Amino acid sequence: MKATILVRPKPGILDPQGEAVQSSLRQLGFAVDEARVGRVIDLELDGADAHAARAELERACEQLLANPLIESYEIAIER
Amino acid sequence: MIAEPRPRIAVLVFPGSNDDRDAALALERLGAEPTLVWHAEPELPEVGGVVLPGGFSYGDYLRCGAIARFAPVMEAVRGFADGGGLVLGICNGFQVLCEANLLPGALRPNASLEFVCSDVTLRLERADTPFTSRGEAGQTLTIPIKHGEGGYFADEELLYELERSGQVVLRYEQNPNGSVAAIAGVTNARGNVFGLMPHPEHAVNSLLGSTDGALVLGSLVDAARERLLTAA
Repeated sequence: MKATILVRPKPGILDPQGEAVQSSLRQLGFAVDEARVGRVIDLELDGADAHAARAELERACEQLLANPLIESYEIAIER
Repeated sequence: MIAEPRPRIAVLVFPGSNDDRDAALALERLGAEPTLVWHAEPELPEVGGVVLPGGFSYGDYLRCGAIARFAPVMEAVRGFADGGGLVLGICNGFQVLCEANLLPGALRPNASLEFVCSDVTLRLERADTPFTSRGEAGQTLTIPIKHGEGGYFADEELLYELERSGQVVLRYEQNPNGSVAAIAGVTNARGNVFGLMPHPEHAVNSLLGSTDGALVLGSLVDAARERLLTAA
């Protein structure tokens, strides 16, 4: 089983990386109003129970993969 | 005159710490007996305080401090802090303490996205902590910073709580990194854990430009000694 975790800066949190990307894109002529830069974590998991895996991954996100004070996360599980 | 006893203070060493020896040297000069403690140790020796030094623990992978917080020694540090022990985190050590929830808030990439390395002027907001007792509230200190991720973040609710309870100990006179409320250093609610981005261990010798860092580390040495004498 594979899982993909998206970690993003929470709305309202200053994202200087996103701002730098947005301004570079604009310089290149792309009409971009806002850019936010996050992180993708691809995981290979043991087991076949997607429900149990999601619960596990939520714990993993809360404990390590994201800092809940400043980041939100999304979990996608691929069977 | 009887020599004052040298309190033992642990300086943790994570893979990637690089200010551990500077911190130990500064503490020694200020009258402590520093002892380096490797991150894989499950226990702390008998000490009057613990310092988490600056550096790039575990290569700053994922987020600064995020991996170091799971080092075996951190369980012992948590127990030490829970028992009221004095814990000081400098720069990366501050990041580790925030990630470990031993301090409130989080540290974010500098607003400028640039690594900042310079002396900064700080305002001492609280002199009634074990880490600042050698100072006076309102005085200014010159201490260097050197970090890429030192923007202190607390949401509105947390910031209100920190200000209300007087947990903001140091503030930048000119905000170098986009920290909320120009916060450079905070304590936990109980006041026995302190983290700051500036490096007091690099400001203890006038040859290097400033001795204001001795105020922070010397206060810690005083407090650790006092505890040693009280316990004896």
